[in-house]
Amino acid sequence: MFANFDINFVIFGVMPYVALTVFLVGSIARYERDPFTWKSSSSQLLRRKQLIWGSILFHVGIIVVFFGHLIGLFTPIWVLDALGVPYGLKQWMAVIIGGPAGIAALIGSTMLLHRRLSDPRIRATSSYMDITIMGLIWLQLAIGLLTITQTLQHMDGGKMVLFMEWSQSVVTWNVNAWANVVNVHWLYKLHIFLGLVITILFPFSRLVHIWSGFAAPFRYLLTRPGYQVVRSRRSAPLPERTLAVRKTPAE
Amino acid sequence: MRIRAQIGMVLNLDKCIGCHTCSVTCKNVWTSRDGVEYAWFNNVETKPGIGYPKNWESQQRWNGGWERTRAGNLQPKQGSKWRILANIFGNPDLPEIDDYYEPFDFDYDHLKSAPEMEHFPTARARSRITGERMEKIEWGPNWEEILGGEFEKRSQDYNFDGVQKDIYGEYENTFMMYLPRLCEHCLNPTCVASCPSGAIYKREEDGIVLIDQEKCRGWRMCVSGCPYKKIYYNWESGKSEKCTLCYPRIESGNPTVCSETCVGRIRYLGVMLYDADKIEEAASAAGEQELYDAQLGLFLDPHDPVVQETARADGIPDDWIEAAKNSPIWKMAMEWKVAFPLHPEYRTLPMVWYIPPLSPIQNAAEAGKIGHDGEMPDVRSLRIPVRYLANMLTAGDEAPVVQALERMSAMRTYMRAKTVDGVIDEAIAARVGLSGRVIEDMYRIMALANYEDRFVIPTTHREQVEDAYELRGGCGFTDGNGCSTGMDSRSLFGGKKRPLKIPEAM
Repeated sequence: MFANFDINFVIFGVMPYVALTVFLVGSIARYERDPFTWKSSSSQLLRRKQLIWGSILFHVGIIVVFFGHLIGLFTPIWVLDALGVPYGLKQWMAVIIGGPAGIAALIGSTMLLHRRLSDPRIRATSSYMDITIMGLIWLQLAIGLLTITQTLQHMDGGKMVLFMEWSQSVVTWNVNAWANVVNVHWLYKLHIFLGLVITILFPFSRLVHIWSGFAAPFRYLLTRPGYQVVRSRRSAPLPERTLAVRKTPAE
Repeated sequence: MRIRAQIGMVLNLDKCIGCHTCSVTCKNVWTSRDGVEYAWFNNVETKPGIGYPKNWESQQRWNGGWERTRAGNLQPKQGSKWRILANIFGNPDLPEIDDYYEPFDFDYDHLKSAPEMEHFPTARARSRITGERMEKIEWGPNWEEILGGEFEKRSQDYNFDGVQKDIYGEYENTFMMYLPRLCEHCLNPTCVASCPSGAIYKREEDGIVLIDQEKCRGWRMCVSGCPYKKIYYNWESGKSEKCTLCYPRIESGNPTVCSETCVGRIRYLGVMLYDADKIEEAASAAGEQELYDAQLGLFLDPHDPVVQETARADGIPDDWIEAAKNSPIWKMAMEWKVAFPLHPEYRTLPMVWYIPPLSPIQNAAEAGKIGHDGEMPDVRSLRIPVRYLANMLTAGDEAPVVQALERMSAMRTYMRAKTVDGVIDEAIAARVGLSGRVIEDMYRIMALANYEDRFVIPTTHREQVEDAYELRGGCGFTDGNGCSTGMDSRSLFGGKKRPLKIPEAM
């Protein structure tokens, strides 16, 4: 039964499902069972230096990169064809938008990682997971940027379509598409693998704040009229006010 | 009109002796945990001074509180909702822990574990964050205690605005007062408004402002939003924390820990009824000096039958209305006008009010050092400049502060005439717009300050809020997550906790 065993099948065929399951079930479980631990773990109070620039560069960069991957990989190929976007053009866009954003994120994460490791206050208050996840993200950004050197050698968009098909196959249950990514350069494979590892670690690390970060603008801007929040502890709501305020006779 | 009730507080600075009992008892109860060693939900500052954290009063520096836009709308001074969200990755207005102080402890363990040495072992400081040795402590929670430090630094005090301050640096002209500070439980809190998660809220029933620890995500916008800097970011738990007005005590009709333990009996707690529909209008008053009057306009007279009936319809229980009638806060803020909000110009409509201190004036007046206005000392030539107090309490408007000081001064003169000379001198009372009866009531509440006059706190109506049957066997109130205690593994003396060794029987 293991005669045809292929590590590529495990990583690109099975692991995405494991990762997504852990990611979703883990996030929901943590949100439900242990909401007190759900936080961004900001360390700005302890040391402002390097954080403001590092954090802004990192977050803005990585948000652009994240949505670039999301839109780039999961837009169905027929949509591209219908819109008449040449694959080569799309790949150029990915390089031109994603490249600088990735560099910004890498510079930011280098600053943050340096701060986390070298500043005694931040080092002392970091958990192993904080350092691990920061290191993994730094590595992932570096590898992602290195893949551009490969990408520039085939700007026809052919490889990109392979990755799009593979990503979309995961969510469309086309379980044989893992074979698509067997013959690509090892940098791409490592990038995908690390991405899946980070997805698995997501619910167990401070990364859960990403959920809240995306939710916050909606909550703050859309679902909250005005600025103030008043909560009532009453278990039953007050009856509608029937009283018409009437003047009492002067005493 | 939508009536809500709030537990308010008044602090009579005239009687504060700066003993820090309030701060210490509060700390023992609420912030003796990792991550909030540096936090004092209640602290006492010596004024003039820049305070804790440094220069907290200067909103040019920290951008706390509200600002009125040109169109007349209110928005947090640190920015509108969009601006706050944009600053979420790095908050430009957040103080660093060194603006408070780096928390430290001493090597007490060394005192008992040191080997025999030539010199006596000493307990040196260690950072509570890094555990490393701190050679020099640069700042502490009350660094300016009793005018500690140079006048040049202390005179950065924001309340010196418009005061010729140089002469107060001279020994002969120096003055000081104490300012105990805690969360103001504002009617228009900027911390609540700044929280993108909606984790901070004001309780409808008693006006206490709390942070939902399970909803807080640590975006830390409340810390910079609060102009009083009374929200503290717990660097261990990653959540913000603040004074809870000891709500478990208030709910059961007990005063807060700081009030209960105040040896000077300066603190008062009582119910205020206010019109929630008018908050925004009051906080948007055009001029900064209009804000004090605008806030007074929010409070509703609990003796008015229309107010009582509306309050009942708005779900305020009868015993709360009854408590509002006997509220010492109502008397001092509204009837006698001797208590004032702290920095009304922040537009937060704070609910912890202050009676300005009088004593230094009277002493100087009696020594013949300052002018008399007939029988009474002229409060305008007091040792603590009226302008300084007005900058603190009425956005610089001196008239209300002068009136309050005159009334307190009149109370002393009247009571002295009564008890020493045996004369009831209604003229003294009339000069400050009061009657002898009112002055005696003031004397009973402000000077004698019996427990039951200071604290008029109705209990919460549990039957409306929870099913006690479901609470049985629960953990009650904890600092942590449900039943976890948040205890650390270090021993009391800083060393590692070792298992207790029991000597074996011979």
